[in-house]
Amino acid sequence: MGTDMLLKDEVQMLRRVPLFSNVEPGKLKLLAFTSDRVSYDAGEAIFHQGDTGDAAYVVLAGKADILVDSSTGPIKIAEVETNSIVGEIAILCDVSRTATVQTTTAVEALRIRKEHFLKLLTDFPEITIEIMRVLADRLSHTTSELSEARSRARKAE
Amino acid sequence: MENRLSRYIWTHTRGQQLWILLVVAVSMVPYFLSFDLPKQIVNGPIQGQGFDQPGATQTFMNMSFDLPWLGMVTLFDGIELTRMQTLFALSLVFLGLVIVNGLFKFYINTYKGRLGERLLRRIRFELVDRILRFPPSQFKRMKGAEVSSMVKDEVEPLGGFTGDAFVQPALLGGQALTALFFIFMQNAWLGLIAAVMVGIQAAIIPRMRRRLLVLGRERQLTARELAGRVSEIVDGIGTIHAYDTSNYERADIASRLGRIFKIRYDLYQWKFLVKFINNFLAQLTPFLFYCIGGYLALQGRLDIGQLIAVISAYKDLPGPLKDLIDWDQTRQDVQVKYVQVVEQFSVDRTIDPSIQAAAADAGPMKHPLAAVNLSLADDSGAKLLERVSVQIHPGETVAIVGGAAGGGDMLAEAFGRLIWPETGKVTAGGDDLLEMPESITGRGISYVSADAYFFYGSLRDNLLYGLKHAPLKEAAYEGSRAAHRKWEINEARMAGNPDYDVNSDWIDYQAADATDTNDLFTPVLSVLDTVQLSKDILDLALRSTVSPDDHPGLAEGIVEMRHALRDELEEAGLSSLVVSFEPGAYNTEATVGENLLFGTATGPAFIGKAIGRNAYFRSVVGRTGLDRIMFDMGYSIAENAVELFADLPPDHPFFQQLTFMTADDIPEYQLLLQKLKGKGFDAASEDEKGAIIRLSFRYIEPRHRFGLLTDELMAKIVDVRRQFHDGLPENMRGDIERYDPEHYLESASLMDNILFGRISHKHSDGSKRIRSIVSSLLNSLGLLENVIDIGLDFNVGAGGKRLTAVQRQKLNLARALVRRSDYYIFNRPLPGLDHRLQDEIVRDVLKLVRRDGRDPAVIWVLSNTALSSLFDRVLVFDRGTLVEDGTHAALVENNGIFKELVSS
Repeated sequence: MGTDMLLKDEVQMLRRVPLFSNVEPGKLKLLAFTSDRVSYDAGEAIFHQGDTGDAAYVVLAGKADILVDSSTGPIKIAEVETNSIVGEIAILCDVSRTATVQTTTAVEALRIRKEHFLKLLTDFPEITIEIMRVLADRLSHTTSELSEARSRARKAE
Repeated sequence: MENRLSRYIWTHTRGQQLWILLVVAVSMVPYFLSFDLPKQIVNGPIQGQGFDQPGATQTFMNMSFDLPWLGMVTLFDGIELTRMQTLFALSLVFLGLVIVNGLFKFYINTYKGRLGERLLRRIRFELVDRILRFPPSQFKRMKGAEVSSMVKDEVEPLGGFTGDAFVQPALLGGQALTALFFIFMQNAWLGLIAAVMVGIQAAIIPRMRRRLLVLGRERQLTARELAGRVSEIVDGIGTIHAYDTSNYERADIASRLGRIFKIRYDLYQWKFLVKFINNFLAQLTPFLFYCIGGYLALQGRLDIGQLIAVISAYKDLPGPLKDLIDWDQTRQDVQVKYVQVVEQFSVDRTIDPSIQAAAADAGPMKHPLAAVNLSLADDSGAKLLERVSVQIHPGETVAIVGGAAGGGDMLAEAFGRLIWPETGKVTAGGDDLLEMPESITGRGISYVSADAYFFYGSLRDNLLYGLKHAPLKEAAYEGSRAAHRKWEINEARMAGNPDYDVNSDWIDYQAADATDTNDLFTPVLSVLDTVQLSKDILDLALRSTVSPDDHPGLAEGIVEMRHALRDELEEAGLSSLVVSFEPGAYNTEATVGENLLFGTATGPAFIGKAIGRNAYFRSVVGRTGLDRIMFDMGYSIAENAVELFADLPPDHPFFQQLTFMTADDIPEYQLLLQKLKGKGFDAASEDEKGAIIRLSFRYIEPRHRFGLLTDELMAKIVDVRRQFHDGLPENMRGDIERYDPEHYLESASLMDNILFGRISHKHSDGSKRIRSIVSSLLNSLGLLENVIDIGLDFNVGAGGKRLTAVQRQKLNLARALVRRSDYYIFNRPLPGLDHRLQDEIVRDVLKLVRRDGRDPAVIWVLSNTALSSLFDRVLVFDRGTLVEDGTHAALVENNGIFKELVSS
């Protein structure tokens, strides 16, 4: 039995996740307790595009790719870093998974179920604000990429 | 059915009624003889009449008759008997008559009872037969419970009346007339008085009873409505809870019961009033006799002897008269009930019995199916479909698309004979579909909609339901069972019931691509795969606990499979997915309690909380000191739980994760922790120890992750386990089923038996992966058929409610696909499924129905227009009319409504 599986260690790891850095440790322990600890080998899919979203994942260790299906096969659009959250869009917007997340190394993650995640947001505004920040970040990132892609396309014409 | 009950009874029981009348008439002979005999005994041997001298004898049993023309005919000369001998002889004759009378009564009552029961059986069958032949629209207006209360309760009294319908009036009328005749014989005037009084009774009482009949009819209707409302409450319980209308329902029921009470109370009042008047009139006659007869006697106009004779003759009149009036009351009562029921069952346009005649073989439907100028309307008269003419050819696949009220679904219903044409008709090869035998249309056409009904019984029964058209293979009976079957046939015929045997094999195996029950599995499995139900059925089976005795060979196969599963997981590099139970090792994925007991509690000594009170268990745990360790462990668990959850409201969703206590337990444990703080095991009471230790029983380290299990502790638990099992007293051996890698566990589910371990919490989709590995293993080991078979035993509950809505829709589709048909009509059969699944199933179904070179026509009302490209031809409906008809490609070109539908 490895000691790396203990709640108190998970709390330490969760504190390193920017999203939860402002949440008090007692609450983080509760979050850790109510989530499932899951592990994946390299090359495993955490979820597939098109699935119904029932959980979000906090990657505690390891890395994964975010892939989107296209007519020419999956395209990698981003990478999931350690200590980040993934899969929250499908939960927040009640849509099916918008992308596939596939691990590139062995991954340790916490799986937070949809209803728990939503409850978390209502109970802890600091988490909600942090989630908004992450989403806004991604949006500005996407916007700049889009404008870049458009200008490239215009040049090509 | 006849409008009058008496005619109905006469039509069906004429012969028996005449026979019983005859028997009753014959039974009168010993009956009247037995009246005369006591007088003879008293007057003759006892008082000595005719035995004037000692030693005198009398002739006994002299049977000679003085017949006209023939003169004296002597059958038996009789024997001479002395006074004493005559006493015994006459007493013996009396005894004989008592027995003969009793036997007659016994025979008559049994015969009448049987007569009544047969007629009741006939009526009930006829009513249900009618229900089976009602036009579909009729069912929109009936409540099932009301109809069943009519068939079950309301006709019940008819059976009791049947035996008395003709015998009773004949008998009682005869008795009354005889009594009246006797009075007349004594004195014509007094006879006239009696006759007039009887006339008054006969005129007034039935008139007063009219009100009773009205009340009786009301009672019947209100009781029937009550049955309907009760069943509505049962069916609509979800809606009632959802809208908090239970008190409205209570009020409705209470007011109905109040009405029923009032009606019944009125009934009683009238009934006893009528009884009072009846009795009064009956007693009035003797009053007149005493008064007028006495007056006449005193005046000397009447002989006193005559008066006394009249009065004594009169005492035989009121009895039969009263019974006759009661009989008439019953007659009117059952007549009302009968009419009430028959009215409900007299429906226009019932299906002709010949259309439903059972047939073992029915020819194929190789003619095109067509709607000819077909218009359909709903109950209110609104047009659903207007003058549609379309022809579907054999072998064609047709998609029907259109908006919600397009009417395509209605056309499908018309093809399925669920709605009858307003005008126009639906034909097959020129013949009206509604006039063709159901043995052809009900097999040639398989209709499926989302609105599925399932019968209470197993999944298998429901799946094969569509194959049971006729008893194809007679059940074989031997000995007493054969005799019983013969009796059944005979009785059924006597009551006008069909004598089909439900125990025969009704399944049309050929229609399901099989020859008998043994090779039915393959086609059934391919159908279940097509509708994607086999996984559900497999899961049902894996979750169920089965006795190995019911499935020989299965237990051995499952135990073997444990090893195969282990190898399979090893090979796939997934050996950490399942942690097996091993007699000498701790299973980290199982609870502490499971590890300690290493078995399933099956008897009263260990089940539930009993284990905490079990002296043997406590002695083992106490001896080894494990109780202290587990107490400390439970204490830490309680501390952690209280710390984590104390601030949360009790309805917080996080409590789902708290497997070892409920939200209500938190405050209790909070108090307990405060009380025991720093004191430990010795300070705690027995109950407190139990409450704390219980927590550690449910603890799983990888799941709860409090860090409470050390290697030493695990070794200790395994050691205590060994001690517990080694010293287990003989009388408790049956109360626990120990985990044994080489034996099947009867108390565990199939899945637990296969895994013989616990799925690791570490893998997020562990159980999903295991399921797919297990199902492929079952297949390769040849156990799949066995296991699916267990799943098919699953009872679907009333109306299939134990299945999910999606499972019901899949099963509904499956039971149509199991049968070979020439036309499959799918009327949006799968609305509950998401698009991806619908898409897959539509493709697979189209493939399945064309297996082995078959070529049935498929008409599919699609909810997803995009799928219409899979069909030969597309019909587009809009507002009740057929607006476009052609191939998919042509319609896309056309720029019409279809293109709009596809692009939207």
